[in-house]
Amino acid sequence: MIRKFAALLILAGIAALFMELLFTYQPDPELNTTARYYADRTAADIGAANIVTAIVVTYRGLDTLGEVTVLFLAAAIVGLVLAQGRRKTAKERAVTPAGELLATGSLFLAPLIMLLGVYVFVNGHLTPGGGFQGGAIIASGMLLMLLADPLKHFSHRLIAMVEALSGMIYVAIGLLGIALAGGFLDSHILPNGELGALFSAGAIPLIYALIGLKVGAEFSAILADLSGTEEL
Amino acid sequence: MAHLAMATGFILILIGFYGALTNRNILRMIVAFTVADSGVNLVLVAVGYMRGRTAPILDNTVPAAEAAARIIDPVPQALVLTAIVIGVGVTALMLAYSYKLYEKKRTLDITKHTELKW
Repeated sequence: MIRKFAALLILAGIAALFMELLFTYQPDPELNTTARYYADRTAADIGAANIVTAIVVTYRGLDTLGEVTVLFLAAAIVGLVLAQGRRKTAKERAVTPAGELLATGSLFLAPLIMLLGVYVFVNGHLTPGGGFQGGAIIASGMLLMLLADPLKHFSHRLIAMVEALSGMIYVAIGLLGIALAGGFLDSHILPNGELGALFSAGAIPLIYALIGLKVGAEFSAILADLSGTEEL
Repeated sequence: MAHLAMATGFILILIGFYGALTNRNILRMIVAFTVADSGVNLVLVAVGYMRGRTAPILDNTVPAAEAAARIIDPVPQALVLTAIVIGVGVTALMLAYSYKLYEKKRTLDITKHTELKW
């Protein structure tokens, strides 16, 4: 009882802070300096139609590399923590079979979902979307397959291979930027092209495709680890 | 509109905190944290919203020359994109650790895990 009361007291304090923020909040009438710079310069400098993508991949490319690293660490630690828990083989686990709807539906839907994921990350510089979103969609296709058949075994070696290769090529492209363009992860190693075309915005489509593969592989590894873990 | 989204985000954060503080089941606490996480993302996106403007994507209706007057702030969107992905990673980590805790004590009740209590 006291615990609940203390929790409510803390929440009331936080809520008071939030109220203050909410009622004094005034939306900016104009873009601030940073946003204005991105809005004015993206088309000419980067050539990407999607300004958010230009920020994530080129203007703040180093942060994105860090983010991918954090995700890799999370996937690696999940694998490490759960690896010792896996003792029973798949055959010893009793699993209720998935319904016919799910089993048949996943056969039809999983390839389409993967295709959508690839579409989303290939068009990341033109439409809302990008490597992270596309990677998450690919992993959701994997999740559907796992739901339909929990004993399905994904090749960990293949997943690790895709992840390692795309990560290494990503960094190699970044290093190429130092040699051929303005600096690390500069997208100008390829021509900017025409705004709105599929092959435009320099190396952004390439980098985002690699990020998409890497994120998809990492999320799939997490899903495979979590599902392959023995039930206690 | 921005105020409505922001208020929703704050309410989600409060719901998440309440759930994390009052629940004793670790899995419920993890769910509560993801609710709070969504609330934070919603507030961040709401800060970038500007009335009467459109998404920060250049095309025929939003030419590059007028972009600064036509689009909403792209920076919070880029931030939230990062935050969502990291949130998934953090949730996966919490789930893996909760599995380990369960394996050790055979319970998910947080009050039974007293090693770090003083």
